[in-house]
Amino acid sequence: MTLSAETLDELRQITARYPQARSGLLPMLHLVQSAEGRITPEGIEACAEILDITPAEVSGVATFYTMYKRRLVGDYHVGVCTNTLCAVMGGDEIFAALKEHLGIGNDETTDDGVVSLEHVECNAACDYAPVVMVNWEFVDNQTPESARRLVDDLRSGAEVRSTRGPAICTWRQAERVLAGFPDDRADEGPAAGPASLAGLRVARERGWEAPAAGGTDAEDESHGAATDTDPDDAAAVAADEQADTSRAESEAKLDEGKHEAQEDDA
Amino acid sequence: MSIPPLTPVLTDNWDAERSWTLDSYAERGGYDALDVAFGMAPDEVVAAVKDAGLRGRGGAGFPTGMKWGFIPQDPSAPGGDKPKYLVVNADESEPGTCKDIPLMMASPHTLVEGVILASYAIRAHHAFIYVRGEVLHVVRRLQRAVQEAYLAGHLGRDIHGSGYDLDLVVHAGAGAYICGEETALLDSLEGRRGQPRLRPPFPAVAGLYASPTVINNVESIASVPAIIRNGADWFASLGTEKSKGFVIYSLSGHVRNPGQYEAPLGITLRELIDLAGGIREGHRLKFWTPGGSSTPLLTEEHLDVPLDYESVGGAGSMLGTRALQIFDETVSVVRCVLRWTEFYKHESCGKCTPCREGTWWLVQTLARLDAGQGEEGDIEKLLDLCDNILGRSFCALGDGATSPITSAIRYFRDEFEAAMHTPTSVSFPPAASTAWSDAAATAGVGA
Repeated sequence: MTLSAETLDELRQITARYPQARSGLLPMLHLVQSAEGRITPEGIEACAEILDITPAEVSGVATFYTMYKRRLVGDYHVGVCTNTLCAVMGGDEIFAALKEHLGIGNDETTDDGVVSLEHVECNAACDYAPVVMVNWEFVDNQTPESARRLVDDLRSGAEVRSTRGPAICTWRQAERVLAGFPDDRADEGPAAGPASLAGLRVARERGWEAPAAGGTDAEDESHGAATDTDPDDAAAVAADEQADTSRAESEAKLDEGKHEAQEDDA
Repeated sequence: MSIPPLTPVLTDNWDAERSWTLDSYAERGGYDALDVAFGMAPDEVVAAVKDAGLRGRGGAGFPTGMKWGFIPQDPSAPGGDKPKYLVVNADESEPGTCKDIPLMMASPHTLVEGVILASYAIRAHHAFIYVRGEVLHVVRRLQRAVQEAYLAGHLGRDIHGSGYDLDLVVHAGAGAYICGEETALLDSLEGRRGQPRLRPPFPAVAGLYASPTVINNVESIASVPAIIRNGADWFASLGTEKSKGFVIYSLSGHVRNPGQYEAPLGITLRELIDLAGGIREGHRLKFWTPGGSSTPLLTEEHLDVPLDYESVGGAGSMLGTRALQIFDETVSVVRCVLRWTEFYKHESCGKCTPCREGTWWLVQTLARLDAGQGEEGDIEKLLDLCDNILGRSFCALGDGATSPITSAIRYFRDEFEAAMHTPTSVSFPPAASTAWSDAAATAGVGA
């Protein structure tokens, strides 16, 4: 398969979004997947040529990230979260149930090419555990039964809606959005699911609000009293438990306070 | 005037009709902070964020305003003559962490407004939101919000007639936990494998394209509009003496009503669990993470520790991302630790040997224990491996991998000893921990 002139043109468009063209490589590879159904040798060559780097360099990037697939996935790529919290809440059972129900293993696709299955890491929806993703849309609070129904619906061609998003599009359509070509469906689905609103609901019920601006000269120390509380015996001393902050501060000091410290999301 | 236990600011508009749209956001005063800021010198905006006491919400807790202040503005200083960049770390993937995703889903404009304010402060004309790729609808909402902001004149040339220009790009990642580490994120954003860089030089001097760069977490940046609109004193009036302001606490696992709870820094887990309706019926708390799986586990005895940077550090853990994963007594700590370790093994980028090889050995040892086939000396071996990983790699991933293990052995050593001979699935049948186990028990049939 060769990439169409239109796709090649769009690959070039992506590079123009960035001060330096190579920054476009990740979205370009998403677009290759959208056009080809996977990362193909042709797609790698095309990216390399546009960016004037070697195919080996592109390959090195394509093999680093888990969302890039070397083999075809299904029209609907189902990811079951089996990171600790979801696993404990039932993700392990859901994953086992789907493997059995679909007759495929991890990273495999059904014979009809419609559904592929993968166990995924934490997808930042722990308050909706156990979570299943379909083409990177949330399907929250699943059970083995609901997950089986979900894949049956996907295979029968019935419309399936994300619990916090729109009707689920195909994997290739999803990849196109990730490449930065919007599909105009941002307005579908709710603003937030029930768990996202759990605290807000409690606050509304009890009439709790953040203090208004201006009128807060009350120097409220009621919460301020609890600063350096009980250093937990010997537990506090071990070097491995130094607050990340203090590490950050010492890093900053190392560089004579001139530089910043790391702030991992990790 | 006392401050209530929950103080919705960032989450306050999440229940508004079509809250993700510009119309809805503007109706509540959205983007008003821009004109306030444009009436100030950029350094005054930096000072306001410093005075507010805002500290990074992505885990490390470094003072945000100070970070901004490290950007060299004097052309004769190293890096001072280069363009400046703002990069938002929206690669939320620390296990248990689930606050930035709902924020960007429900109110992407809060983040966009914060990006404009922060970029103005550090004098950047290019900003990026690096969002993990596995959240399609969040990417859609961000793309739309940026498009709306351009059309309304909040982005682009001569914003609000101020003479200030800013371009903002939404950039989707492709699946790699390590890209939440800021220097790996920069490599990834430059179109490379996401591997951490050696520091120094720090990103403030040589970050994206070897130019001065600020990398901030979503929640940090999203907190800026409220600071500019309401004032540094207002922000600093919330929270504790050293941990100021409001944050989102994310409760998950065995609580009645898991979800997002926005409160001043310093609330305790006991209070939060109470607000979340308690531990699930008939069970009790066994262990929890204060800020994701890379922060050492805590137990029931820590229920009254104020959840601020200093107090959680004092209790031997870290506040991290306030990802409060709650596990009750049905859960095997060995099983959990194995699963987290498998995650770190999978996500280790492979650059540093202690992390790459060490996590591999940890998994092998823990898998044995999980199966009830531990060998003499395995617990000591785990501690020794952790000792050889901690502090011996470029970034914090390796350090994080050791946190659940060493803390679990500290609090639950007997469980590791029992795993010498009894599989965890026998000591702690997994079926008892699932979300539907109680329904099954009361209904008497499989759910």
